[in-house]
Amino acid sequence: MQLESLYQEIILDHFKRPHRRGLREPYDAEVHHVNPVCGDEVTLRVSVRDGTVADVSYEGQGCSISQASTSVLTDLVVGKTVAQALAVQEEFLRLMQSRGEVEPDEQVLEDAVAFAGVSKYPSRIKCALLGWMAWKDATARAVAGTGGTW
Amino acid sequence: MSEREREGPQRERGLGPGRKREAFSLGPATTVVRPEGRGPDHREERALSEREGPQRERGATTVVRPEGREPDHREERALSERPPLDVEAVRKDFPILSRTVRNGRRLVYLDSGATSQKPRQVLDAEREYYELHNAAVHRGAHQLAEEATDAYESARRRIGAFVGAPEGEIIFTKNATEAINLVAYAMSNAATAPEPEAERFRLGPGDEVVVTEMEHHANLVPWQQLCLRTGATLRWFGLTDEGRLDLSDVDSVITDRAKVVALVHQSNVLGTVNPVDAVVRRAHEVGALVLLDACQSVPHQPVDVTALGVDFVAFSGHKMLGPTGIGVLWGRRALLAAMPPFITGGSMIEVVQLDASTFAPPPQRFEAGVPMTAQAVGLAAAVDYLTAVGMQNVKAHEHALTGYALDALSTVAGVRVIGPPDTVARGGAVSFVVDGIHPHDVGQVLDDQGVAVRVGHHCAWPIVRRFGIPATTRATFYLYNGTDDIDALVAGVERAKRFFGVG
Repeated sequence: MQLESLYQEIILDHFKRPHRRGLREPYDAEVHHVNPVCGDEVTLRVSVRDGTVADVSYEGQGCSISQASTSVLTDLVVGKTVAQALAVQEEFLRLMQSRGEVEPDEQVLEDAVAFAGVSKYPSRIKCALLGWMAWKDATARAVAGTGGTW
Repeated sequence: MSEREREGPQRERGLGPGRKREAFSLGPATTVVRPEGRGPDHREERALSEREGPQRERGATTVVRPEGREPDHREERALSERPPLDVEAVRKDFPILSRTVRNGRRLVYLDSGATSQKPRQVLDAEREYYELHNAAVHRGAHQLAEEATDAYESARRRIGAFVGAPEGEIIFTKNATEAINLVAYAMSNAATAPEPEAERFRLGPGDEVVVTEMEHHANLVPWQQLCLRTGATLRWFGLTDEGRLDLSDVDSVITDRAKVVALVHQSNVLGTVNPVDAVVRRAHEVGALVLLDACQSVPHQPVDVTALGVDFVAFSGHKMLGPTGIGVLWGRRALLAAMPPFITGGSMIEVVQLDASTFAPPPQRFEAGVPMTAQAVGLAAAVDYLTAVGMQNVKAHEHALTGYALDALSTVAGVRVIGPPDTVARGGAVSFVVDGIHPHDVGQVLDDQGVAVRVGHHCAWPIVRRFGIPATTRATFYLYNGTDDIDALVAGVERAKRFFGVG
């Protein structure tokens, strides 16, 4: 079934029981990203300590893909150095832009390989990327020391 | 004769296949059947609900009948004498409806509110224009230029006749969004226009622009921007919980400082058909102009622009079986004659000197550059098609479908309709939310079943915000939809609930 290839169990699990959800202190940067096409929103905070992603916390509303993707993101980047985490983000972005043509690197992406099916649905790619792009933005701000709400 | 021509709706309405050639007619304007009644009121509601329609196939439809209102027997008789729309025959005219999607599923197209599908007659008219008559209109001394110009102006007459517009009051734009921007920019351009008659359109600090909370972004953002450019203040009508305009305080929303009131005729999200009269009465009392966004009404019900009492009407071609790339602005002749231009350049001038220019009278003043001729020809073919089917038939058909859909969705636990719960003064846009499932996910499951709906905020973000929801799933109906499509929608919603383990 096409639907099952899109909505893998891992995605539905993260959607129903999201990890690290809720906004927490302390944080170095907070961003608010929206998907203007469907109105999905995420507010996301990043805390960076000694070059390592110490915490990612978030609140948002959106579809199962956007919410689950943000939950998976936190599992993958928290505890990694900023450089390592950015590499994961780039691999995820590459997968999303692949139109289903790229074999995901499970070593790097772990649970996020479940989103491979999303790349075949152009209208859902932005859903999957919402949290990841917000995280990249917030991390860049945190690292640059320009944190704060905007 | 092809099967399509034998069985198409034109045949049933007593129009022969010769109709197709006339889609690119250079002859007189098509006769348009005008409704005898006004806009949708309770009498009409009752008449509509009592005619034979698709709802009879399913059984009783819940339709709220207002008490104490006598039905308009003339209208009722007129409607009941019409045979129900032959959906199967109509579908044969729309090639796209015979394709399959998502691994061989029948396409169930419930997104006509975003854009309608096109009948072969429209496609043929465009092709014939390009194959036989293509030239730049209003210029050139050759035969093709004459034919192209005639085609374009014939289209203007037929489209004008379709909405009851007097000659010379129809302006073609890129789309309805541009039509609304045309008026908004003309109003700020009036500040620097030397002509004294432009005074009518000037506004500045202290003046007010009035919109409503149910506007599509196309009839909201241009007015926000106009206020930014001029220093005027934006005000708006709120909504009731049922999704109708809150007109309880018209006089304090539209004050004597109002210069323009812009509102939607039929909401693209809620389906609500607004009581234009009440707004027009107050707006004109204080000397404000009224612009009506008729994108969702002109395709779906008989509309007579002059009878509405408004000053401008905007609608789009692609939502009414016509091509993309063409919209229409209707305006009262005296207003158009006094209004400064928006987009300037070729075709819209009277005399050009190196340092200054004067402008052509309307409609040319507002049609700079070589216009979208094939699209005008296509849209004229679309209004011919709709006229042959009969707009009152289209309206009655969609009314029945809306009642059927509201009834069917009300049987699904966890589904909540956003908008009027009954079919009184309501068109065929049905938005809903499903408890526990985001609309985007509902839409995805529906898509997997071949059911095409719109999800999101539908370019009317303030509406979903008003109802405290992130988005909705929206089904919109047209003349090629039947109860089978709604059954597929409801089955898809049930499947989404099972898939996501809700309810």
